[in-house]
Amino acid sequence: MDACSQLIENTPPGARSAAGWQWPSREQLIYYRDLLAVLVAKEFKVRYKSTVIGYAWSLMHPLAFALVFFVLFKIVMRFDLPAYSLFLIGGLFPWHWISNTVTSANFAFLGNSSLIKKVRFHRATLVLASVLNELVHFAISIPIVVGFMIYYGRYPTVSWFWWLPALVVMQFAMTFGLALLIATVNLFFRDLERLSTIIMHLLFYVTPVIYPYEKLPPNFRWVLMADPFAPLVLCWQGLFYRGSVPGEFAALAALWALVCCLVGYRVYQALVWRFAEIV
Amino acid sequence: MSSDPAIQFRHVTKEYHVENAVLGGLKNLVLHLPTQIRAMRARKPFCALQDLSLEIAQGESLSVIGRNGAGKSTLLGLIAGVLRPSAGTVVTRGRICPLLELGAGFHADLTGRENIVLNGILLGLTRREVLARLDEIIDFSGLAQFVDRPLRTYSSGMTARLGFSVAVHLSPNILLVDEALAVGDLEFQQKCLARMQQFRSDAVTMVFVSHDMESVARVSDRVAWMDGGRLREIGPPQQVIEHYHAFVHPTVAAA
Repeated sequence: MDACSQLIENTPPGARSAAGWQWPSREQLIYYRDLLAVLVAKEFKVRYKSTVIGYAWSLMHPLAFALVFFVLFKIVMRFDLPAYSLFLIGGLFPWHWISNTVTSANFAFLGNSSLIKKVRFHRATLVLASVLNELVHFAISIPIVVGFMIYYGRYPTVSWFWWLPALVVMQFAMTFGLALLIATVNLFFRDLERLSTIIMHLLFYVTPVIYPYEKLPPNFRWVLMADPFAPLVLCWQGLFYRGSVPGEFAALAALWALVCCLVGYRVYQALVWRFAEIV
Repeated sequence: MSSDPAIQFRHVTKEYHVENAVLGGLKNLVLHLPTQIRAMRARKPFCALQDLSLEIAQGESLSVIGRNGAGKSTLLGLIAGVLRPSAGTVVTRGRICPLLELGAGFHADLTGRENIVLNGILLGLTRREVLARLDEIIDFSGLAQFVDRPLRTYSSGMTARLGFSVAVHLSPNILLVDEALAVGDLEFQQKCLARMQQFRSDAVTMVFVSHDMESVARVSDRVAWMDGGRLREIGPPQQVIEHYHAFVHPTVAAA
């Protein structure tokens, strides 16, 4: 590769370069594929130092939560919902994907300050890697959910072929946008991390993860529209528990995913050139 | 082609907006909104570089000296392309490789070998390129017997050796070094200096920021003395260092 011909003009933000927008070259595509792969592999190796135990650990958290709510609502409060444990884990695994992404997003840029200060690369790669990592975790927890389904005599249907990828794509887009937003804003307002922890905690109870949405009093139904995670969680519960995905909620989830993606990317794009100054 | 300078600063100004509102966090911003907005309106940017023009030829090694806050690291950041100028243009030709701080771009739980691959890719090589150099890097670091152990078992000297070994094998056209020359033991330092000499004969452009005048004099063709965001003097190492010393020492004596 003739690196000497690599001419870079560093100009003030806002000034358009003479060359204008260019498609990434083949070398660049290979490079960013490698960068993503090595970043995801890093997280993965660190998390699963010894494979079998590591896998069990990553499932333990949502399963422990499911157990707590099962005891609380099914045994203590005598909540009457058939196959309640399946209902719980069908909502809790997707929820953990969301909340883990939000938590790790706080440090996606902040935790790589020395790289951001010195090396030039697309910073969004760091966020993309952490979101991809959580996606992998979610994917390997799907067999557990299916196991619970089979225990209750329910089986994946043909519609899984399109609904599963569609929901994964929607959730991926939504978490990526959110993570980009949080990772960026947390560089400028360092206390966002505390705030986002509290908000996620509140949203966990607002979102119908541990109770069916029909239990919401009618004058509280608007919450399902206002909470970005509610439609998505309802879709997952539809897939894993009810047997069919509600179309209107899927459309709403897609809309929210688009909004999150656009807002996250715009904020990132507007502030990315200042990262090295502020980090 | 080779007559073009490797790095060119054309009337570059860099200002930083120091935002107290932001530094205080979200809570502070919301609780003291009116005061914070007034403060933001009244803010004055801090000028780190002022109308700087500078050319660094291909294969030249330049050292930048000056007091803290003189704009040295800003200069490096602009070359690396991580900072954007407020005005003017910085043109660079060729692959730029910064030397990272101790342990940056490494992960303590990965082995030395895995860290070499991670670090090499973070610094701009593709996976294939890193793997092609892997043996050479391990050999240069002299850590062959530790390379499959996790990095957390390494001493800081060993970590620094690993980082330096990766950086010098990236075949950069422009190498940026920010106060990081003295790594490892004497033997490794000799190795590094030999490598620097080889870089010089390979026409690699190098920019050092350092407070160690002895190594500055040894490795550079020219020295730039920065003061208050301006280039105060640029020229042969001995001369500039002498003037710098003469400038600094009276103030030290007076204090």
